[in-house]
Amino acid sequence: MQLPSLSNAAKRIAPSIAKRLSPGKATVGWVPLFWLALFFGLPFLIVARISLSEAVVGVPPYSDLLEWGSDAIVQLRLSFASYLLLWEDNTYVDALLNSVRIAGSATLLCLLLGYPLALGITRAPASWRVPLLMLVILPFWTSFLIRVYAWIGILKDNGLLNNLLMSLGIIDQPLHLLYTEFAVYLGIVYAYLPFMVLPLYASLSRLDDSLLEAASDLGCRPTCAFWRVTVPLTMPGIIAGSLLVFVPAVGEFVIPDLLGGSDSLMIGKVLWTEYFNNRDWPVAAAIAVGLLALLVVPVMLFERYREKEQDA
Amino acid sequence: MKRYLLLGSLVLAIFAGDAAAEEAKLNIYNWSDYITNEVLEEFQKETGIKVVYDVYDSNEVLEAKLLAGHSGYDLVFPTARPFAERHIAAGIYRKLDKSALSNYDNLDPVILGNLADIDPGNEYAVPYMWGTTSIGYNVDKVAERLGTDAKLDSWSLIFDPANAEKLADCGISLLDDSTEVISAALMYLGKDPNSTDKADLDAATEMLKKIRPYIRYIHSSQYINDLANGDLCVAHGYSGDVLQARDRADEAKNGVKVALTIPREGAILAVDVMVIPADAKHPQNAEKFINFVLRPDVVAKITNYVSFANAVPASLSLLEEEVRNDPGIFPPKEVQEKLRSPAQLGPAVQRARSRAWTRVKTGR
Repeated sequence: MQLPSLSNAAKRIAPSIAKRLSPGKATVGWVPLFWLALFFGLPFLIVARISLSEAVVGVPPYSDLLEWGSDAIVQLRLSFASYLLLWEDNTYVDALLNSVRIAGSATLLCLLLGYPLALGITRAPASWRVPLLMLVILPFWTSFLIRVYAWIGILKDNGLLNNLLMSLGIIDQPLHLLYTEFAVYLGIVYAYLPFMVLPLYASLSRLDDSLLEAASDLGCRPTCAFWRVTVPLTMPGIIAGSLLVFVPAVGEFVIPDLLGGSDSLMIGKVLWTEYFNNRDWPVAAAIAVGLLALLVVPVMLFERYREKEQDA
Repeated sequence: MKRYLLLGSLVLAIFAGDAAAEEAKLNIYNWSDYITNEVLEEFQKETGIKVVYDVYDSNEVLEAKLLAGHSGYDLVFPTARPFAERHIAAGIYRKLDKSALSNYDNLDPVILGNLADIDPGNEYAVPYMWGTTSIGYNVDKVAERLGTDAKLDSWSLIFDPANAEKLADCGISLLDDSTEVISAALMYLGKDPNSTDKADLDAATEMLKKIRPYIRYIHSSQYINDLANGDLCVAHGYSGDVLQARDRADEAKNGVKVALTIPREGAILAVDVMVIPADAKHPQNAEKFINFVLRPDVVAKITNYVSFANAVPASLSLLEEEVRNDPGIFPPKEVQEKLRSPAQLGPAVQRARSRAWTRVKTGR
């Protein structure tokens, strides 16, 4: 979601560049703006236009906004029914809150698992570091879909895990693990863990060891040094890793679809249902617009606020 | 500028290729587990046309892709009512060139007659297979939980909370399809499956919400494997798919016994048709394939494998004995009278149904 900040940056930069440079070079500042309009503004307008139409049976499956009546009168028909539905039917708000909750908890779990992992890799002997990092990246060599499917084989009632636990005599009835929220958490943490580990490793490996020595000279024990030196200094890595996990996890569709039950309500799945099962493009488009508004507006306000701070 | 001219002529050349002979390729989009590979290989051998075969498990997904336009498919298999019906009305299919279908006369005139109201003159659609949406169940596990004298030929097997509760631990599944589930629920409540009355829909929704906690999952194809492996007790499913699960369990000799029951309250009858999208790139190849399927020996192979009845009477004598005598595939007269076809409900009712279904699914 760096788009708004990018546009603001462009807005800030463009005039200042224009002031200082010859007209020919001023265009440089407008290139990113043009790009933004082409690849973000235009698609967004198309989606917004669909969200104001009505679903019909036909190609494309939504009505035209402009109707040519008799006597060359053009009628503009805007339907806000889709937005009203988002408001009236609490499924959508529930789905969004649920997605944020699941993605948030999964991000926290990834952090709790990923931080010790990244720390372990940085503390490992130099000759081990590259192979260990390779092991973190290795899963990407297999298709994401196949890796999620593999969990079905592990978790199902007649699956690997249940059969193992039964043969060891730990349980005598299979545990229902598949098609539960637990399976969704497991899937998301498993799939996104590398995205947490890599930025954390990058910021941990840049850490200067002499800082820790200084901390212990000043009477700070290892735990205290970890909390007061290592964690604050790797905050950029923590934020980057958390965003890399959280943002895609909110909109995740494949994992809840394959591992979650029908009642695991996530916004990505709701969107898919609107589009493919209910064939309701206007509602699907309205959800997309609503989501964008929910995510972009706070970011823009935050940018505004920061600009004011900087100016002050 | 010259470069653009060159590019333009290249693009033109690509599109002009359409008018010439078709490349030897055919993109088929069909239901999962709805054909035998043997037939596809035979078609490739006889015609030299390479088949690219892709599958779906719900009419809604097919419809979404077709109405988005440029699906890239040359031959698709929607259910006649209400899907192909509304697509034909919307004009998204191509008229068949009957002169290319030398085997067209093999079709059952009764089935063609039944399709005439949605496809006047049978200009667009050729019937492929037909079946019912009913219940598949694991014989031993159900007997274990409900006793040996439980009535199994009823929707109460799934929709009566007392039964659903007892069967929940070994697994119940429903199709992920608002038309199918809500029609079945209405029939169980003794109402018209095509009811447009809001009170009926509310009653069906309430009933479904009561049994929702006992449903393990809602999916349109997963149940085939799970029934066969014994991972599932009772499935709301398509007749041929349930019978395929039964056959797979028999072949695996895993001790799982699957059976099909067509509920006495009534069940949905579905005829699936072969149609060619208007923007298909290989319509002539698609017609060759349709014509191939209309051969009695070919369509008999498909019926033997998929356990759905076809629309070519001459294939009956070529079917395996147990397929021909299976009441799940060819229901007896008194059962046939209870079968109903889904009607066109109109967008408002359709939307109310899909919303209600979404709420039931998510347990809200």
